[in-house]
Amino acid sequence: MGVTLDDILVQGLQMLLVFTLAPLLTGFIRKVKARLMRKRGPSLLQPYRDLLRLLRKDVVLADNASWLFRATPYVTFAAIWVAAALVPTFATGLLFNWMADLIVIVALLGTARFFLALAGMDVGTAFGGLGSSREVMIAALAEPAMLLIVFCVALVAGSSQLSTIANFIASAQVGLRVSLGLAMIALIMVALAENARIPVDNPSTHLELTMVHEAMILEYSGRHLALIEFGAFLKLLLYVSLLACLFFPWGIAVSGAGLQSYVVGTAVYVVKLAAVGFLLALFETATAKMRVFRVPQFLGAALMLGLLGTLLLFVSKSL
Amino acid sequence: MASLDELKLQGRRVTEHGPWPRLVVDAAHWSRATLELVAGRWSLLSLWGEADTVHMAMLEPQLGEAVVISLPCPSGSFPSVGMLHPPALRLERTIHDLFGLVPEGSPDPRPWLDRDQWGVRFPLGPRLPPSAPRGYQMLPVEGEGLHQIAVGPVHAGIIEPGHFRFTANGETVVRLEERLGYVHKGIDGLLIGADLERGAQLAGRVSGDSTVAYAIAFARAAEAALGITVPPRALWLRALCAELERLANHLGDIGGVCNDVAFALMLSHCSVLRENVLRAAERAFGHRLMRDVVVPGGVARDLDDTGKGSIRQMAKTVRQRFPELIELYDETASLQDRTVTTGRLSAELAQQYAAGGYVGRASGRDFDARRDLAYPPYDQLRFKVPVLSEGDVNARVWIRIREVKQSIGLIEQMLSELPDGEWRVPLPATLAPAEGVALVEGFRGDVLAWLRLKDGVIARCHLRDPSWFQWPLLEAAIEGNIVADFPVCNKSFNCSYSGVDL
Repeated sequence: MGVTLDDILVQGLQMLLVFTLAPLLTGFIRKVKARLMRKRGPSLLQPYRDLLRLLRKDVVLADNASWLFRATPYVTFAAIWVAAALVPTFATGLLFNWMADLIVIVALLGTARFFLALAGMDVGTAFGGLGSSREVMIAALAEPAMLLIVFCVALVAGSSQLSTIANFIASAQVGLRVSLGLAMIALIMVALAENARIPVDNPSTHLELTMVHEAMILEYSGRHLALIEFGAFLKLLLYVSLLACLFFPWGIAVSGAGLQSYVVGTAVYVVKLAAVGFLLALFETATAKMRVFRVPQFLGAALMLGLLGTLLLFVSKSL
Repeated sequence: MASLDELKLQGRRVTEHGPWPRLVVDAAHWSRATLELVAGRWSLLSLWGEADTVHMAMLEPQLGEAVVISLPCPSGSFPSVGMLHPPALRLERTIHDLFGLVPEGSPDPRPWLDRDQWGVRFPLGPRLPPSAPRGYQMLPVEGEGLHQIAVGPVHAGIIEPGHFRFTANGETVVRLEERLGYVHKGIDGLLIGADLERGAQLAGRVSGDSTVAYAIAFARAAEAALGITVPPRALWLRALCAELERLANHLGDIGGVCNDVAFALMLSHCSVLRENVLRAAERAFGHRLMRDVVVPGGVARDLDDTGKGSIRQMAKTVRQRFPELIELYDETASLQDRTVTTGRLSAELAQQYAAGGYVGRASGRDFDARRDLAYPPYDQLRFKVPVLSEGDVNARVWIRIREVKQSIGLIEQMLSELPDGEWRVPLPATLAPAEGVALVEGFRGDVLAWLRLKDGVIARCHLRDPSWFQWPLLEAAIEGNIVADFPVCNKSFNCSYSGVDL
């Protein structure tokens, strides 16, 4: 299959789309949360402004920071951005979609986290170590759960290729599947943990001792911090897109379908983002954060749901 | 329980001291009094120094009897109370830092306030030139697999400064050691030589959230020393301010505890109610926190009908909306999961440290200065003192919840029964020595004020925050909990930094 200019253009559009929408999604969730608490809340554009502000600021580096500490923001940002570009958003079958499947996305995110955890320990502060150890504990449980979800969905669709899965589920032949339902709940739980949302972590806390993700990046500043924050925005968008693409692929355009269906696909995608973002804000407002040692139980439940979904498929193909 | 007569403390009674007796005793009786504290028959109210004397205030909580005993220390030392009764340790370290008096036999000779930054040692005592920097040794912790986490004094949020050294095994806290004193303002020194008006202002600035409680304690101590009677209307207005302060702080704390486990919804709603209280206070008394409203001799301003109306309106709003919030608190399982059984404080420790306020009352210590010392106008008001025995974060929240209801009841009673008449009397100009002491229930617990007047100005004034006896208990309550639960435990104690750093 030859690569045409159109393919590259549409893929470029996808990369640009996730790049521009990611801060907006976070801004939207913050706004909704503020409104739910009877506050006015910052502007939807505040995350962009924050990023710009951080980019303009000087980087303050610890004396004993190694190359790893300085390289990590770029590595994590690149890995997450590429991963986000791999998930079909407004259209399936894009250029990159055929190069990598769901397992590659999991691996890219794992790479990003691996570097962040190392960087957290690099400077040798107590909080960096604390954050890294907590993050790795969560990751060690979230990743197997994520892989089981991948297997479950892949078994249903007969492929681990996201575009294939999305097209398959959007088609009429799927119907209501118990295993897909289980996988969806598991994916939501994993997404909450992976994105440091309540009830696993609190993205807006100022209490050093309770932080997970924030403790790990406490030593970062300036453009480094901007990249890490941007990475976090992108990761949230990625998971929301993944949920939309895997379980609600309706309205998504097929590659080469023309400009009109791309526009429709984008509009539907934005609506999906808003809907999931609203539900996330609602959920976060109604729940307190759980004890650190409850997180393994929480993610264990996600793992079991994924496993159950996969096993059901061996019992009967129609479940 | 042993009454004061049964204590058989022999000493010279100081006649100009009121309302409690003050006895000048010798070292033997000082040590005997210490043993009473150890046996738990009497509670330590405070321990403070002067250039050549140490004073100790003690309370027999069931009879409501209190006494101040004084031990002259011409040789510059006194028998340590903290040696046998640990609640006194930090107070003794403070006495040493400020006055240079040595607590003999104290197991902890480390400085408390002095960071070798003053350019002088013992600033209120012999004023010696500074010594070489001494450093500060945290208590040693030994064991396998332990690591330390140093937090503060500068924190990620905008809160007061304090240093917390955690020794943890993984996530489990093995020991917490606090180091405070970062907001030392030299209030003890500033008060010496100040007149009563300035003294009242300084007292009201010891701990901003308890400005009314401090002002009342100072005013009552001054009035006891001068032997003046304050008109009833002034007493009632003071109590009104005190209950408004309690209400505002408790509402803020209930929201704050929930916010520390990432349940920000509760904070938002509680903050709205707290704002209601503060605005009513501003309309009624001209200042949101009612700073400088209470003065020796009465109150600085009267309450008019508009003020009354706005407080009444506020009480109605809180009465209406608060039950929904309690329901939200009580029925959010994820929230209960974090507060129940977290940060348990044993009843024995609460008793030993004579912990005041919600900290003591959540651990079964049934004491409230408003009821047990029945200072006016509380002797004429109807209210209950809630007590729980669980001693966890949840219990400390519930004590606050119940006290909010009691405070609203008190506010409504006071508004409808407020006596008419004078609200301020002039202070007599006396040059003779006079001494007074008072214990007032602030929102955190009992605030003690003691002062000596001489030549018309303050010769020495001691203000003791309830947090003196609550901070050490936080160290005990967090033991065995996980590191990530410290913020919520800390918020449930909500001790004052400024109040103990003085």
